[in-house]
Amino acid sequence: MLRDIRAELLKQSRRPASWLLLAVAVVLSLTFGYAVPYAGLDGAPASGGPGAGRGLSAMLPDAFVGSALGGLPIFVGALALIFGVLVAGSEYGFGTWKTVLVQNPSRVAVFGAKLVTVAVAGLAVVLALFAATAGASALVASLQGQALVWPSASDVLLGLGAGWLVTTMWGALGVLLAIGLRSVALPIGLGLVWLLAVQNLLASIAAPLLTWVAELQKVLPGPNAGALAASFGASAPGVEQIVGSGQATAVLAGYVVVFAVLGGWLLHRRDIA
Amino acid sequence: MAELNLSVHAGEVYGFLGPNGAGKTTTLRMLLGLIRPTSGRVRLFGAEPGTASLARVGALIEGPAFYPYLSGRANLRILADHAGVRRTRVDDVLDVVTLTDRAKDKYSTYSLGMKQRLGLAAALLKEPELVVLDEPTNGLDPAGMADIRVTLRKLAADGCTVLLSSHLLAEVEQICDRVGVLDHGRLVAETTVPDLRAGGALRVVAGPLEQAREHLGLLLGADRVHTDGAALELDVDPGEAGRINAGLVAAGLDVTELRWHEPDLEQTFLALTGGTPDAA
Repeated sequence: MLRDIRAELLKQSRRPASWLLLAVAVVLSLTFGYAVPYAGLDGAPASGGPGAGRGLSAMLPDAFVGSALGGLPIFVGALALIFGVLVAGSEYGFGTWKTVLVQNPSRVAVFGAKLVTVAVAGLAVVLALFAATAGASALVASLQGQALVWPSASDVLLGLGAGWLVTTMWGALGVLLAIGLRSVALPIGLGLVWLLAVQNLLASIAAPLLTWVAELQKVLPGPNAGALAASFGASAPGVEQIVGSGQATAVLAGYVVVFAVLGGWLLHRRDIA
Repeated sequence: MAELNLSVHAGEVYGFLGPNGAGKTTTLRMLLGLIRPTSGRVRLFGAEPGTASLARVGALIEGPAFYPYLSGRANLRILADHAGVRRTRVDDVLDVVTLTDRAKDKYSTYSLGMKQRLGLAAALLKEPELVVLDEPTNGLDPAGMADIRVTLRKLAADGCTVLLSSHLLAEVEQICDRVGVLDHGRLVAETTVPDLRAGGALRVVAGPLEQAREHLGLLLGADRVHTDGAALELDVDPGEAGRINAGLVAAGLDVTELRWHEPDLEQTFLALTGGTPDAA
């Protein structure tokens, strides 16, 4: 399986789309985590918008972990899902499943290698986000004449782990959708509709009206990703601490396992057309 | 598919023929473990397609498919990793298919012929005992087809067994030692190309035609003489041509043509599969 992992890493690291997704994640995080709030420091609306409460303190170095994780439940999660779909779905798009499988690797090993690649890419994205937001927070501190106070190493490591879990979970969902639907476009479309529309509708419209929906929220992937990010001080739409970080971690880890088992089972059972 | 049993001998080039929809590609996909039979079992090298048996097989199924954003060499490196073979093997197979000069170029820039050659290179990565190729010359120009034919013959000469699916009868005729003909999922013939075409006739054009037919009827028996337009076809051994020619000349008939005529592979193929000329 190590050779399969090496092959998958080579495929994705040489793919321009992978680097584009990483760049978009970093740019969006810096834009909505620092550039926009900094530009609005003096003229922010008194209330209303989700970013209204985001003041200078949220942009300083001691809060950079929360800033780095703020985009994970929304756009970074969406980008991770797209990456997961590309990792598995492109094999259908390019027609390369047969090319790979006639070389006689086990299907489970190839699937496992794809999941490992998604996890490695998730870690790389989170590291890049942490580096970028740390740099941005240091810049804001120096511009505002604030002291450089960094969070503890354990907070940074825990934040990295939380971010890694969230990106891996969304990436694994992308892999599962791609294998389930055997394509690229439809899984991306459906995944994004769920991640960006359905989850928000459930949270903002259904949950306040229906108790069972509010309870259901506690076991859905998006709200748990938001809750985990919120436990590190993240503040963004969809980021709300509806459950504790321990429960959120367990739910997200459970989803990773479920997505992995389902995806592997589907790939193992299905014919390669 | 029904009770299909292909006997492909070591070191030969075996042609797998059949009209569209006969089940050739389905057979090859089952053989390679890409699809599973709805019932029954598939056996390759005496075992179910699996890690051990497929380790001895290289394949190119339904045309080449690679990652377009990678070079030919990078594509093969990825496949070498999946196959569990050394990456140094990549340069060897690129050399075999004469793609070394373009190996660093992106696959998306390759011509169809180069893509087919890269597909063949991928099939050779494992140094397989059996190479399974599904329509490997599809879409190639005559030079490209000739290149592939030469490579396949060289593989067979080096001891590799080749199972070649094709609907190009001329190609099969040129490079295959034996053929299997598939029709509606059943093997309707499996033999050598010369045997497949056996059943030829001695073709005679002599005049007057009616007198010639009567004379040959007396000489050979009327049931062995058939009229085919302006010619006669005789169910005789080719060695009888001299005696028949002498008899016709002695009878004062004007012999303008006397030759052994074999049916071409297409005629035989159509007869076996009950197809119309465009079905092949």
